[in-house]
Amino acid sequence: MSKTKKKSSRKKWTRVDGRKVDELRPITIETGVIPNADGSAYIEMGRNKIVAGVYGPREMHPKRLSKPNRGVLRCRYHMASFSVDPRRSPAPSRRDSEISMVMTDAIAPALFLERYPRSVIDVYIEIIQADGGTRCASINAAAVALADAGIPMKDLVASCAAGKYDKKIILDLGDYEDKQGDSDVPIAYLPKLNEVTLLQMEGKMTQKETEKAIEMAIEGCKQVYEIQKEALKKKYGMVDEAATAEEETPEEPIEEEQKPEEENKK
Amino acid sequence: MSAKFETRDIVIPGDLIYEGRIRLGENTYREEDNVFATSIGLVNYGRERVSVIALEGGYTPLVGDLVIGKVINIELGQWRVEIGGAKDAILTTNDAIDKPYRTNLDLTRILDIGDTIVAKIVDLDRNRTPILSILGRDLGRIHEGFIHKITPSKIPRLIGKKGSMINMILRETRCHITIGQNGLILINCRLREDEELVVKVVNKIEAEAHTSGLTSRIQEYLKKIKEERKQ
Repeated sequence: MSKTKKKSSRKKWTRVDGRKVDELRPITIETGVIPNADGSAYIEMGRNKIVAGVYGPREMHPKRLSKPNRGVLRCRYHMASFSVDPRRSPAPSRRDSEISMVMTDAIAPALFLERYPRSVIDVYIEIIQADGGTRCASINAAAVALADAGIPMKDLVASCAAGKYDKKIILDLGDYEDKQGDSDVPIAYLPKLNEVTLLQMEGKMTQKETEKAIEMAIEGCKQVYEIQKEALKKKYGMVDEAATAEEETPEEPIEEEQKPEEENKK
Repeated sequence: MSAKFETRDIVIPGDLIYEGRIRLGENTYREEDNVFATSIGLVNYGRERVSVIALEGGYTPLVGDLVIGKVINIELGQWRVEIGGAKDAILTTNDAIDKPYRTNLDLTRILDIGDTIVAKIVDLDRNRTPILSILGRDLGRIHEGFIHKITPSKIPRLIGKKGSMINMILRETRCHITIGQNGLILINCRLREDEELVVKVVNKIEAEAHTSGLTSRIQEYLKKIKEERKQ
């Protein structure tokens, strides 16, 4: 009996890391990690580890790159030399500049850049550890960092990829699935406005498969959005929890509250 | 025609805060009769008006603001001053000295690069570049004290209603405190201990800016620290 059971479990199709077909990697986001930046975020998406820092709006240098009618969003995507195996040159590569550009285009629609003529908003993204889907994770971190900087936004930008691996459409490809798979479709999405701001595709898929992948990625983005939301609220939730904790243990606070009243009466 | 949150709930960018027609306050935008938040903050439903009190945010210069800035360049008859906004501010000679301009004037003798100044925004030019003035009481180059930095969006909380918070701190600590609307605070006390106390209090206010009953809580906090120090 046990042998047959084992056989059947072997036949069952699973992903490399045992996830379901439409399951995201575990995501944790933390805000305010860089004290000197106006806003910052750290994201762990699976084994991706990424820091994003936001500066601005501030005066643009060199000035000739600024626009007289609107602000400029400048993203810099950079992989640390130790982020991948084998070690990679720290100089910006073609791939880095491409991802910087697509990130800028993915995030810009969420901002009110027309409010900041002749100025720039800088977003710096540093990949500390890469494990596939870094551009999506970077966009997620950048969006949270922008909100943390208090820069007015129409919506947060959530991002996630779907793709084809082993003849199946799966969500949020890891490094192995990305490299061994047939196709990869990263998407950035404005969840509240229901707009797609980034859509790339690599590899081969049929029209139906592509449609399914896009749908799946959008669903993934919605899940990412909830995590981003929580991360932003967490910073202020801490103090709220402390306040409610005080309310729950009413002995001390009541004394404190009464003191000033008594003094006033005197 | 309905509110989607309750007053003082935390909202994040893109949250739908009102359905229907209503006047827009700060940090909101309208799209097809729906009102959304643009910043992380506390939502406030007023009378026929909805707004979001931002918890994070850069400095937006307004005429009349008192700011603390750093002189970063000397140009023809003017200084360029960094005040932390989207644009560097300009201070011209006729806003810096109260006498006729002479061509042999040495600008570096009035203000040099690297000087920190307290100034007032008197105008915004057509590019929205702030124009400063240091003519007036308590304005000009800073000689002593030190600068502490907080998020500009929390400055109103540090000042309090009609200055209740800052007046309380001034009374309790007997320090000279100048608050720049751009998030820089000049603190100058007789004792080093007092300066440390002010920084502690300011940091506490910044961390708890979104909670209510803050002034009385800060007063208790100040008293507690003072008593500890006496012992």
